[in-house]
Amino acid sequence: METIILFAPLVGAIIAGFGWRIIGDKGAQWLTTGLLFLAALLSWIVFLSFDGEMYKYELFRWIQSGSLDTSWGIRVDRLTTIMLIVVTTVSSLVHLYSMGYMAHDENFKETESYRPRFFAYLSFFTFAMLMLVTSDNLVQMFFGWEGVGVASYLLIGFYYRKPSANAAAIKAFVVNRVGDFGFALGIFGIYMVTDSIQFDQVFAAAPDMGESTLSFLWNQFPTADVLCILLFIGAMGKSAQFFLHTWLPDAMEGPTPVSALIHAATMVTAGVFLVCRMSPLFEFAPYAKDMIVVIGGVTAFFAATVGLVQNDIKRVIAYSTCSQLGYMFVAAGVGVYGAAMFHLLTHAFFKAMLFLGAGSVIHGMHHEQDMRNYGGLRKKLPYTFWAMMIGTLAITGVGIPLTHIGFAGYLSKDAIIESAWAGTAGGGAFWLLVIAALFTSFYSWRLMFLTFYGTPRGDRHTHEHAHESPAVMTIPLGVLALGAVFAGMIWYAPFFGDHDRMNTFFGMPHHEEEAGHGDQEEGVSAAVEHAAEGEGEAAADALTQDTGDTEAGGAVEGEHLAAQAQPPQGAIFMASNNHVLDEAHDAPLWVKVSPFIAMVLGFVVALWFYILNPALPARVAAANRPLYLFLLNKWYFDEIYGFLFVRPAKALGGFLWKRGDGNVIDGTINGVAMGIVPFFTRLAGRAQSGYIFTYAFAMVIGIVVLITWMTLGGAQ
Amino acid sequence: MFQTDFNIILPEVVLAVYAMLALVGAVYTGKDKLAPAMTWLTAIVMVLIAAWIGFAGDGSHLAFGGMFHDDPFSRFGKVTILLSAAAVLAMSAEYMERRGLLRFEFPVLVALSVVGMMMMVSAGDLMSLYMGLELQSLALYVLASLRRESAKSTEAGLKYFVLGSLSSGLLLFGASLTYGFSGTTLFSGIIEAAGAGQAPVGLLFGLVLIASGLAFKVSAVPFHMWTPDVYEGAPTPVTAFFATAPKVAAMGLFARVLHDAFGGVVGDWQQIIAVLSVLSMFLGSIAAIGQRNIKRLMAYSSIAHMGYALMGLSAGNAFGVQAMLVYMAIYVTMNVGTFAFILSMERDGQPVVEIDALNLYARREPGKALALLVLMFSLAGVPPLVGFFGKLYVLRAAYEAGLIWLAVLGMVASVIGAFYYLRIVYYMYFGEEREEGLDGGKSPVLWAFLMGSAAIMLLGVVNLFGIEGVAQAAAATLVH
Repeated sequence: METIILFAPLVGAIIAGFGWRIIGDKGAQWLTTGLLFLAALLSWIVFLSFDGEMYKYELFRWIQSGSLDTSWGIRVDRLTTIMLIVVTTVSSLVHLYSMGYMAHDENFKETESYRPRFFAYLSFFTFAMLMLVTSDNLVQMFFGWEGVGVASYLLIGFYYRKPSANAAAIKAFVVNRVGDFGFALGIFGIYMVTDSIQFDQVFAAAPDMGESTLSFLWNQFPTADVLCILLFIGAMGKSAQFFLHTWLPDAMEGPTPVSALIHAATMVTAGVFLVCRMSPLFEFAPYAKDMIVVIGGVTAFFAATVGLVQNDIKRVIAYSTCSQLGYMFVAAGVGVYGAAMFHLLTHAFFKAMLFLGAGSVIHGMHHEQDMRNYGGLRKKLPYTFWAMMIGTLAITGVGIPLTHIGFAGYLSKDAIIESAWAGTAGGGAFWLLVIAALFTSFYSWRLMFLTFYGTPRGDRHTHEHAHESPAVMTIPLGVLALGAVFAGMIWYAPFFGDHDRMNTFFGMPHHEEEAGHGDQEEGVSAAVEHAAEGEGEAAADALTQDTGDTEAGGAVEGEHLAAQAQPPQGAIFMASNNHVLDEAHDAPLWVKVSPFIAMVLGFVVALWFYILNPALPARVAAANRPLYLFLLNKWYFDEIYGFLFVRPAKALGGFLWKRGDGNVIDGTINGVAMGIVPFFTRLAGRAQSGYIFTYAFAMVIGIVVLITWMTLGGAQ
Repeated sequence: MFQTDFNIILPEVVLAVYAMLALVGAVYTGKDKLAPAMTWLTAIVMVLIAAWIGFAGDGSHLAFGGMFHDDPFSRFGKVTILLSAAAVLAMSAEYMERRGLLRFEFPVLVALSVVGMMMMVSAGDLMSLYMGLELQSLALYVLASLRRESAKSTEAGLKYFVLGSLSSGLLLFGASLTYGFSGTTLFSGIIEAAGAGQAPVGLLFGLVLIASGLAFKVSAVPFHMWTPDVYEGAPTPVTAFFATAPKVAAMGLFARVLHDAFGGVVGDWQQIIAVLSVLSMFLGSIAAIGQRNIKRLMAYSSIAHMGYALMGLSAGNAFGVQAMLVYMAIYVTMNVGTFAFILSMERDGQPVVEIDALNLYARREPGKALALLVLMFSLAGVPPLVGFFGKLYVLRAAYEAGLIWLAVLGMVASVIGAFYYLRIVYYMYFGEEREEGLDGGKSPVLWAFLMGSAAIMLLGVVNLFGIEGVAQAAAATLVH
């Protein structure tokens, strides 16, 4: 079943990409979409019937070289199944939506057939993403990782006649290269340390890596930290985290369905997935986790601030995505991987929906993207309006405080904020996230008010012709709306809310709960009992999971046992001393209410700014002009990078090109080929006089020279 | 005693007797009317003798007190010579007949010169060396001026004869010096006199003069001047013959003299050969660029190729000789194919030699153009064609013998030389449309040789048709 899920998109991509002349424009669209819906259906079956026990199987052998042994494999555990439904669901809906959105595109001529290419890319992307999430080793994961990078590049630059789209595609690719370099180094390092790239072996060796050190950059560092930071750099690139985020807003140059699928719901979450997948390793890398929290928190805050002032509807949502990814990383960084995955899931629904809604608006407004030219579209685009409303309610986190009833974002985001409070002991990351939640609420409502309320602004003609999108575009919105409303409430307990159900859900051992409450004596004695009963393996497992926060030898011993025995059970791993989850559950009331308050504040301010007193924003901006410009220009990141990296690189390239290649190499070759060689050619031609005496003279001279040389040589 | 000796030189005797019988027979019967049949018959006889030598020959034998060698080396040379001569004869018949050039002496002269060549590669004595050389050369002089009514052809024959005499004189002078200082003309005696590492200066003079005489035969710079004029002036089939079999024979003789007679003073002749090699490679490559006549171009091409073969020889060891043999075999094959194409170049029944005429040839004759493209790339030494492996061999030989500078210069020269080969390809595929294109040239024999040669260039990359092992065995008998 998983094989079908995995390869259906590939088959679709190949047939649509290479065979569209045979099956036609429509055929290619329906084929890829149909196969994606099949994959989505099977994914849901796998997800719902999955019992938490990890299983895997090998498809083909891939690389055998020395001790490196890699195969194409499928590893199915809870993380995989979650990603399967996220990827295939969003992807299939985006396919369907694209049929409407891409129907007429002014970037291409009437006679050009661009749609099969688009759908082939989308399907290829889906395949690569599935390859990434189902892999059972790092190399295959890297394959998928690069595959989605390529697909992203191709789709961002889909409007290849637009210079800005090409620039954005290159930017995305290059920035991702920086991250991928870290990721690749991480893989190399893991292989060097563990002699394996199979997850199982790597995870089994993780406790050892937590204790040993590794020589890196002329210094000794804890092995696990170095490797995890390198992996996280890869994740930063793919998930557009602070410092490596600059490509994501520019990636909005791609068609809007692409933004929804790749740059909101799936590919950008690959980094979060990577951290969760590698949780058994990250649990032994405290510094790396701290770094993740800091970067994630800063990203969440930074992106939210920039989102406040952007005018392009897609860019607002792009920064929102960046910010939400920061939330997920904070959750992963404090060790509550369940919350990170939970937000990943809910975010996929509501963010894809926001993007598709934005796309619907753009479609209806004849490719106008500037929100200052919208206004009052509520009546013109009713379905889209309601979808966007649900999405906004979800992302801002509307729910009933202190209950578990609310939109998807309410549950998942609050879970992260509580975890952040517990994980950092009420530190900076928590406050950053709460403020970011306020900003999130503000810019989301700002988007809604500017677009759908008020009076129509901008080109009157465009507004008169504004129209609701066709059903193929509104149906996906409806389906995603269901997810945005209910996903949080349905899966709150297994992902975050209930430790026991969470253990079952992710297939983790069940003693966690007791250990979590600090009753570690019982855990150990239970393990000892197990051992006495001859269940050596179970005891080892129990020890690893159970020894609680024992600082003494017991824990170390247990970890050693685990290292010798088995990789930890379950899709995610929370070390025995990781109690953040339970502490988050026991967070004080004010912590639990804080995101709600932030959300309400944001809403009120937005309401005041854009409904009650529409002249106010301009005045505020004018009064705080430096700050406004700072935010409008995205903290001047592009300018700084341009100065620090792009310009020196271009200067170096220009130098090597014009001076090195042009003058030195071409100059030498041209000089030799067009000056020296022809000179000798003419000379040789002249020597060939046609007279016998010249020829004989040459021979005699030759003999004289040779004999002279021989004589002198012999005399030495 | 005589019986054994006679058995050893039986192939040469058979060919010589055949040539004389053919001559006498033709004179007294149909004369030129028999010429086409005789040409083909001679080709067949040569192929049969080649097969005989190739399959029946075994071991190393000496005849006539060491004056004549029959060993793997000489057999390698003979088979190559006989096959290439047979190929040239087969290609010539139709061409010469249509232009009224085909006289019954032509196959006879070729056969006699081939006897001389077989003698050359088997020589074990300065006397037999000279005998073979002159038998070959005299036949070639006549062949060069075969087109009696053409001024260019007679001029070519005369030039070749005068300069050839000069070189023969030099060689004889060297031989007499050698005899004077060693007291023997036998190679086996000379090598003892030359000793290991140190030789009398007079003997070295002899070596230089002999080497000069042989360098003339392989047309190495600065003894090459005759080559372009003779190649241009001689009828094209004769040019094709010049470019193939005599080169192999002279190169084989060169290797035999250097190793059999002067194998003890490798250090002394190595530098001479290396210098000749470098000069030939560069002059051949550079001067060819200025040529518009494809026959002159091929003359310079052969000069450059002889430079590469000499590079193998200059390594001064068995691997070097092996590289040289492999290179020569490949060179001959490429040249047979290329001349098959040149022979087919005609317009309104007249032969054409201007390379401009090849403009956009690929549009008219895509198959032949592709074959010529393969041959040109192979001549230029572009991987993965067989010509590349020939170059690789000699470069390796030079490199492993410590002559790194020679290998580097060889590569530079091959880059320069690639220009004029590629220019032919350029004309064929990207040139400008001209009125005076080629037509005709539909001879199936030429077509078969062209395609066969091109196919060998492509298919040979698998294992070079096993020639490496044979060449290795041949080289092993020469270098002890």
